[in-house]
Amino acid sequence: MTDETKSTDWSRIARDGLWDNNVVMAQTLALCPLLAVTGTATNGLGLGLATAFVLVLSGLSVSVLRGIITPQVRIPVFVLIIAVLVTLVDLGMNAWMHDLHKVLGLFIPLIVTNCAILGRAESFASRNAPLPAMFDGLMMGIGFTLVLVTLGAIREIIGSGTLFANASMLLGDSLRWLEVTLIPNYRGFLLMILPPGGFIALGCLLAGKRLLERRLAARREAKAAAAVPARA
Amino acid sequence: MTTVANPTYRQRIGYQAGLLGGFAMVAAAMLVMGDIATREAIDERQAEDLLASLGQVIPAGVHDNNLLADTLTLDTPDGTVTVYRALEGLDVTAVAFETVGQGYGGAIRVLLGVDKDGRILGARVLSHTETPGLGDHIEAARDDWILSFDGKSLGDPPPARWAVKKDGGVFDQFSGATITPRAVVKSVKEGLELFAAHRDALTASAVQQTATAQ
Repeated sequence: MTDETKSTDWSRIARDGLWDNNVVMAQTLALCPLLAVTGTATNGLGLGLATAFVLVLSGLSVSVLRGIITPQVRIPVFVLIIAVLVTLVDLGMNAWMHDLHKVLGLFIPLIVTNCAILGRAESFASRNAPLPAMFDGLMMGIGFTLVLVTLGAIREIIGSGTLFANASMLLGDSLRWLEVTLIPNYRGFLLMILPPGGFIALGCLLAGKRLLERRLAARREAKAAAAVPARA
Repeated sequence: MTTVANPTYRQRIGYQAGLLGGFAMVAAAMLVMGDIATREAIDERQAEDLLASLGQVIPAGVHDNNLLADTLTLDTPDGTVTVYRALEGLDVTAVAFETVGQGYGGAIRVLLGVDKDGRILGARVLSHTETPGLGDHIEAARDDWILSFDGKSLGDPPPARWAVKKDGGVFDQFSGATITPRAVVKSVKEGLELFAAHRDALTASAVQQTATAQ
C-alpha cells in the first residue's frame, strides 16, 4: 500500500478512524488502558485527548522519518519515538499544566502501553505522507476518545449515578454544568466501576455495534434485491 | 515499509546498528533537554502541592515560618522521615510528617500534623490505591471520616481503643471495607508513637537545633 502517488482519500481515513476501523470497536486494541480508566466519563475523556495528541505527534514523526528507517529495525525505532513523545508530554504537562496533570498524570504512562499507537505507526504512518498520517492519528484518536467517553458514561451512570463527575477539574470551571447527578441518593453499583464492569460494558458495546452493522447490511441487501427485478 | 528504492548499503548490519544507535542517542538527548526545561517548574509545582497539604494539617495560626524551610530528618528503622516544623518565633508549635500504612490495595500515605503536646491537628491521605467506592472514603474530599482523628492523642483514646469499632476501638469502619480504615488508624497511631519517641528532638527550639547542628 504505497499510495503516495494515489491522491489521499481523506473521508476514507476519517471513516476508518471513527467507525469502520475504530481502535477499540473494530481492532479491539488498547483494552488495557481502556478498562483501567473508564470508571467515569471524565477520566475517559482525559485519556482519550492525551492519546489523540500522542497519536498525531507519533504519526507525524514516523511519517517524516519513514524514508530512513529500514524494515528490520523499524519496531524498536517506533517504540523509541513513542516512548520519547509520551515522556515529553508527561513532563510538559507536569510543568505547565499542573492541575490537569494531577487528574491525568496517572494515565499518561498508560499511553505507552497502548498498542494502537504502535499499530498506527506500523500500518499507516510508515507508509503515508506526513499530513495524511497526522490526520489518521487525529481520527483514530477521536474514535478512541468517543469509545472511552461512551464506556465511561455507561459505567459511571450505572455505577455511581452521576455523569462527568469532576469534569471541571479537567476542563475548567466554565464546563461545570456538565457534571450531573442523574440518580440522587443512589447507593452505587460497585461492580460497574470495578474492572469486571468494564469488560461487561465493553462486551455489550461491541455486541451493539455488530448488531447495528448487521441490521444495516441486511437493509442494504434488501434494497439491492428489490432493485434487481426492477432492472430485469 | 515497502520503500521503492532500497539501496544495498541499507541492508548492511552497520547501517541498521548505526540507525538504531543514532535514534537512541537523539531520544536520550531529547529527554535530557525535556528534563532540563521542565525540572524547575515541576519542583515548584510539587513544593506548592506539599505546602497546600501541609496547610491542611497545620493551621496557619500556629506558625509564622515557611513550613518547607524548617525541616528535620529522622532516621527510623523503616527509613528516613522528613519532619516539617511549624515555628512561632523560634519555638516549635507543631510538626507534620508522613506516615505510611499498608491498605488493601497497597501503601496509603498519610500526612499527620501533631502539636507540641502530641495532639493531632489534622491528618490527610496523600495517596492510596484502595478500591474506588469502598475504601476511598478515607479521602477528605469524599468523606469526613479522616477528620475524626482531629484532637486525638496517644492517651485519648487509651492505646487499646486506637482501633476501628469492629476491633473494639473508637474509629468508624466503612461498610464493606475494614482493612482500609484499620490501616489508616494503625499508621496514624504509629505516627504518634514516632512523635512520642523523638519528642524532645522534634520540639527543641530552633536555636538549640542550630547550636547542636554546629
